[in-house]
Amino acid sequence: MLHIKCPHCGIRSQNEFSYGGDATVKRPELNKEVTDQEWDNFVYNRVSPRGKHLELWQHLSGCRQWIKVERDTATHEIFNTYKANEEIA
Amino acid sequence: MQKYSIFSLVKNALTGHQNWDLAWKDPNPKEEYDVVVIGGGGHGLATAYYLAKEHQITKVAIIEKGWIGGGNVGRNTTIIRSNYMHDENGLFSEFGMDLWRKMSQDLNYNVMFSPRGIINLAHSDAQMNAYARRGNSMRLNGIDAVLLNREEVKEIIPMADFSDNVRFPIFGGLMQPSAGTARHDAVAWGYARQADSMGVDIIQNCEVTGFDVSAGKIKGIRTSRGNIKAKKVGLCVAGSTNILAEKLNMTLPIETHLLQACVSEPVKPVLDKVVTFGAGHFYISQSDKGEMVMGGDLDGYNSYAQRGNLPTLQHVLTEGIAMMPFLSKLKMLRTWGGIMDMSMDGSPIIDKTHIDGLYLNCGWCYGGFKATPASGWTFAHTIAQDRVHELNAGYSLNRFSTGHLIDEKGLGTKTWIS
Repeated sequence: MLHIKCPHCGIRSQNEFSYGGDATVKRPELNKEVTDQEWDNFVYNRVSPRGKHLELWQHLSGCRQWIKVERDTATHEIFNTYKANEEIA
Repeated sequence: MQKYSIFSLVKNALTGHQNWDLAWKDPNPKEEYDVVVIGGGGHGLATAYYLAKEHQITKVAIIEKGWIGGGNVGRNTTIIRSNYMHDENGLFSEFGMDLWRKMSQDLNYNVMFSPRGIINLAHSDAQMNAYARRGNSMRLNGIDAVLLNREEVKEIIPMADFSDNVRFPIFGGLMQPSAGTARHDAVAWGYARQADSMGVDIIQNCEVTGFDVSAGKIKGIRTSRGNIKAKKVGLCVAGSTNILAEKLNMTLPIETHLLQACVSEPVKPVLDKVVTFGAGHFYISQSDKGEMVMGGDLDGYNSYAQRGNLPTLQHVLTEGIAMMPFLSKLKMLRTWGGIMDMSMDGSPIIDKTHIDGLYLNCGWCYGGFKATPASGWTFAHTIAQDRVHELNAGYSLNRFSTGHLIDEKGLGTKTWIS
């Protein structure tokens, strides 16, 4: 069982959350010409690293906020959690 | 190579089984190969076998980080089927069914192929309609499919919950009678033994650490046991695909996820079909030893851990008990996890890459085991001929950017949703 610290609610068990994937993926800016490759990278292509991974989760059965979780994909250790709009150094 | 038969068994029994040949050798890597296949799982071993057998390319090495057959070919729930609606998947898998039927004779190794049939249960009228459509698509591609009503399903699997007061009543099901199971380890070992006998080097405990690419062409690989030159390199590493892709500066439409499976204590024969629950994601069959072999959803987050968490297991088994209540009386014998190369449309990739001489075989999601022979056969063809076969033409790497997805489940790009 993962224990995820929701930045709004505190430590909660994994069952309260749903997964939202890689949080580093950025939607292309729409006020400029977007190439097929850029769309491809945004929609389909993923690094899926072994090790530290910044990802989105939603506290679905809690405050319903989207959050960011920094987690190790090899050990499942959670290093840090952030609010969705929080800038990460 | 020593042929396995009743006579060799008797002969070796008389000498106390001391004189069996080694099934495969343990060579050191040579300096150069015509083809290096990275990954000593089912697909890699099958690829090497078909390179030697179909294309007479025997200067081949299989490079395996751990030991052969230690990944997903040793961790799956052994289901073999071709009950797909889309032509690409249906024709590819049905080609594989033919290879499965001949495999034990072909490899001189009993893979215990058991075509016991698979039933996908339906729990609504809409699902029955969808299954009728899928069944018709299958039959158009020459795949056997039978639509069963509730009474017919009840006759075949009376132990399922047919009471009136259930959340997901069984309306019927779609059966592929020729589907089944096989002994997964034997598949890996059978391919390994034959490949080895034709001159393929199976190199274990050898991790790939990098690639030599110059002027857009593959020159060789770097490994923990030294550099190896290669004219062609095939990647067959399932859940480790992204790790090797990173070394090649490639980003792929793949995420690596965790999938668990489990077996109960062995019980007397009760279930002679593979059955899947239609209102969730749960599948079950009974092994020859009597264990109920079960699996279902991904854990649902990127992972390389090869071990799962209990919430997913609980969720999956809750579905199992809803479908077959007697399961609640069984003790769990063992649970385990493997890492899946989840592609963004749920279908695999067998293709050339932008690097000359580098070939890619990945994206098998939940269905890698059944694809083992067809994957090896088409990948060997793709490597040997430097062009895709018509069977794997649809499994192209660029289908995501061109929009030619093969989205069998209609789930889109969220690989963790199942």
